[in-house]
Amino acid sequence: MIEAPPSPKISTEPQLGSDDSSPMIALRSLRKTIEQQKILRGVDLEISSGETLAIIGRSGAGKSVLLKHMVGLMEPDAGEIWVQGQNIIGLNERQLGAIRKKVGILFQGGALFDSMTVEGNIAFPLREAGERDPKVLRSKVSEMLEVMEMEGQEDKMPESLSGGMKKRVGLARAIIRRPLCVLYDEPTAGLDPVVADSINRLIRRLQKRFGMTSVVVTHDMKSAFDVADRIAYLHEGRIYFNGTANQLQQSTDPFIQDFLLGRSDGRGD
Amino acid sequence: MVRFFNTLGAPLLSFVQYLGEIVLLAADTFRSIFTHKLRWKLFLNQVVEVGLLSQLVVIITGAFTGAVFSAQTFFQFNKLGMGSAVGAVVSVSLCRELAPVLTALMVAGRVGAAMSAEIGTMKVTEQIDALRALAVYPVDYLVVPRALAMMVSMPLLVAECIAVGIAAGYLVAIFMLDINGTYYMANMVKWTRSRDIIMGLSKAFCFGILIVFISCQKGLTTHEGAVGVGRATTEAVVNSSLAVLICNFFLTMMFNIIYPAGYQ
Repeated sequence: MIEAPPSPKISTEPQLGSDDSSPMIALRSLRKTIEQQKILRGVDLEISSGETLAIIGRSGAGKSVLLKHMVGLMEPDAGEIWVQGQNIIGLNERQLGAIRKKVGILFQGGALFDSMTVEGNIAFPLREAGERDPKVLRSKVSEMLEVMEMEGQEDKMPESLSGGMKKRVGLARAIIRRPLCVLYDEPTAGLDPVVADSINRLIRRLQKRFGMTSVVVTHDMKSAFDVADRIAYLHEGRIYFNGTANQLQQSTDPFIQDFLLGRSDGRGD
Repeated sequence: MVRFFNTLGAPLLSFVQYLGEIVLLAADTFRSIFTHKLRWKLFLNQVVEVGLLSQLVVIITGAFTGAVFSAQTFFQFNKLGMGSAVGAVVSVSLCRELAPVLTALMVAGRVGAAMSAEIGTMKVTEQIDALRALAVYPVDYLVVPRALAMMVSMPLLVAECIAVGIAAGYLVAIFMLDINGTYYMANMVKWTRSRDIIMGLSKAFCFGILIVFISCQKGLTTHEGAVGVGRATTEAVVNSSLAVLICNFFLTMMFNIIYPAGYQ
């Protein structure tokens, strides 16, 4: 088994936006094995309130698995997950409900409910929270669609939406209850560069407008550089690099260089 | 020897685990029914899906089962000069065995498959993860309305199947087999007791529970994309049908203890 060498750029400085209070999300020695394959081999990572962290890594590196752990959708074999100072390991599905109201997630394919319209999807969290007034629901959905630049699409079914639109609707659904943190699973995967750029702008706008903490899992380096205050590189099941976009670009580490330049025959292989 | 036990033990353990998962799902569902608010709209949608839209299938099943059973019984009983007893045999058989079992098999094929496929598709497209991420417990949202709808609908469907079967049997007996209608009805009413109806409806309730939990469990544990959904749907129908047939035997024996044979 290849052990990752010590990161040349692991940051020991206080992270952006951190203060004396506990971080928004903290992962400690997280380990996960799926079907005999060690996906996470001891991930340590902190995400401070208000910052945007991009987690990059090769396909199959375990980025999405890591993201799902942050909201309790997957349970680690070992390690701790702290959300706003609360360890969520061992909580049952109902207890996790309170945590999940604080942390929204945008799934890779949008994960829209295909039996509901766009309006039904976006209003779903509000309905579940007990809001029944159709006028209130309609106005909040319209407001979210305006933020997503998708006005007038309320009555469409998910099957008639493009990939980018599905992601926007998924995002609107994730943030309509104003969570403190949003997790994005490959927000630009499968989108053309123009639509991908519009999603990146949307992520930045949401952070500015609502002050949400954001965690963006991606292997799209342009997206990572565009949106992130800090970038973490997941390699061989561990956080191999943790620093700013500038630090990442200046790194001479062969694994990082291979990833940044998209080389498959470098020393990292 | 070790290999023998491994070969035998692995499927056995996996079967026990499967049964355990169904029992845990059922326990979770019943806990949720009694402790959490019911989503009435979803429940009523499922009543329409399970009950209302199964009408045609159940009516056709009941009608032709009653008709053919009436004819076959007449062909045999007529040799003994007991043609007028056909009504009683058809009615008791439909109430006790034919209507609950055949309705359950039809519902397993129609509704069980749909439940498994729908929930399975939601699973592989991350819609169930989306529910969980939105702080909605999938059992509350997906299983509870289906389970309650099945518990309400199945006894009603079986009652309908019995009624249609008896009516069809009567029509065949009167118009095609020339049995005297008065004797037919008199014998039927004399030999069909409330316990026969209780047995049929109780079986229907039990079969409904079996179908809904087997199908939902298959849906919730679906993986491997479209192939997985197909496999889960097939397994849901096969396992539900087998469970209905096996459970039917034990329910019959149990009811025989409560209402011993020959008891009037």
